[in-house]
Amino acid sequence: MTNGLFVPVNELSELVYDGAKLAVPKDSCGVAMEATRELVRRGVRDLHLVCVPIGGIQADILIGSGAVRTLETSGVTLGEFGGAPRFADAIREGKLAMRDATCPAVHAALQAAQKGIPFIPLRGLIGSDLMKHRSDWKVIDNPFAENDPIAVLPAIRPDVSLFHAPLADRFGNVFVGRERELMTMAHASRDTLVTVEETTDENLLDDDARAGAVLPAIYVSKIAVVKQGAWPLALGDIYPDDETTLARYAMLARTADGFRQFVEEWLSRDLVEA
Amino acid sequence: MSAFTRTELLITVISRLLRGCHHVAVGASSPIPGSGALLARSLSSGDMRVSVLGSRRNNFFTNGGVELFDLAAQGRIDAFFLGGGQIDGQGNINLVGVGGYPRGNVRWPGSFGSAYLYFLIPRVILFREEHTRRVMVPQVDFVSAPGTSDGVHRPGGPFAMVTGLGLFYFDRDRRRFRLASVHPRHTVEEIRDNTGFDFDYPAVVPETPGPDESILAKIRGPIRAEIAETYPRFAERLTQKP
Repeated sequence: MTNGLFVPVNELSELVYDGAKLAVPKDSCGVAMEATRELVRRGVRDLHLVCVPIGGIQADILIGSGAVRTLETSGVTLGEFGGAPRFADAIREGKLAMRDATCPAVHAALQAAQKGIPFIPLRGLIGSDLMKHRSDWKVIDNPFAENDPIAVLPAIRPDVSLFHAPLADRFGNVFVGRERELMTMAHASRDTLVTVEETTDENLLDDDARAGAVLPAIYVSKIAVVKQGAWPLALGDIYPDDETTLARYAMLARTADGFRQFVEEWLSRDLVEA
Repeated sequence: MSAFTRTELLITVISRLLRGCHHVAVGASSPIPGSGALLARSLSSGDMRVSVLGSRRNNFFTNGGVELFDLAAQGRIDAFFLGGGQIDGQGNINLVGVGGYPRGNVRWPGSFGSAYLYFLIPRVILFREEHTRRVMVPQVDFVSAPGTSDGVHRPGGPFAMVTGLGLFYFDRDRRRFRLASVHPRHTVEEIRDNTGFDFDYPAVVPETPGPDESILAKIRGPIRAEIAETYPRFAERLTQKP
């Protein structure tokens, strides 16, 4: 396909370098689990992981694998399958530099980066203990009104965004559907790495009905085609959660040994690459 | 009186708290509030919208995860639900953990949208089925979001609290909860024993009225079918007999 834009998933994952500020979406939005497997296989280290706006099994696996130094998120949870055990363990052991956030703060800080502005004001927050522990968040007086203190947050500009989407065209345009935070992430990030289920020879921007849900190629650094690339998580209406595997993870990851067992099995699974 | 489960009672209580709302939003992991909101909509005169996070059919958002928060800041959401690993008598909620921060001995998922939505949505209903001194504490260990604020823009905040034992309203001026009713088969004394903070209550506390036959039929029929799209396992459990 086109000029080095399309690469195998292991090559794509290599662009997530040690120490990168990496933005990833929440579980229901298209999580690049297959690429995450490559990251864990390679033993990536010292990530500043930004969950947009919350993390799930992907964040828990990266934390359990020792890949994360700093975690910026509004929550980490396995949803219906319970709490995130490696996250909770890492907190108890003091292994993470924790930046607790609230969902709209993550979205707004990415929007600031998208606009190329240094910070953004946000309602709420004042009086929450989050403010006490986020020395990078400040309160200013609304310059346009009297007696109106408001929180301001620095822009989040990720080095890399990584997600999985249903479809890319051969020009590098990526269909993201309703998951518009994927667009915000890509707009805000220096590089965006995308895995997709499949590709098309059509130009996705030619179809007006679909163009509004397409991330234009200008934001896209590399694409890898990976069938079932979000497994064991769902991808929109295309495939559902693999509940058996997610429940198994939730059970095994309660202990460090069980977690290692899950990761070993996961790493030895055959790759389904197109 | 018809026989109903505690879940059916809680759904009914929540639906009553939503009367008159034009737009009710329901966050993640909230099957009972979601069912209550869908029930309220089915009992409304057709002018109530319900947005259920995680639903396709009951979620009209097209601007991604940020849309819920933008709607809230513009005053386009009337009611929302929050919980908490700890809730105190001033309406402060803690979704972060217990025993020190950042390195506590119990860590919960995190604050999610609470540190924002609690300030902005007028009718926030605190929902927590477990009503014990472990949850209802004198003072939360970490304030994810405060119950009340001084000197900041705050159109929103706690309106009521629904637990497995009773229904409370929150008095924002007095910064205290007031017990409004006790669920069937429970007592004021039991609630006091299981609450780590003082709250107000009238000399005679009424019993929370249960759902009548027509409400039960709705919960067990169309509401169950509708919530099953987002919470299939919960919907399965809803069929269990009282």
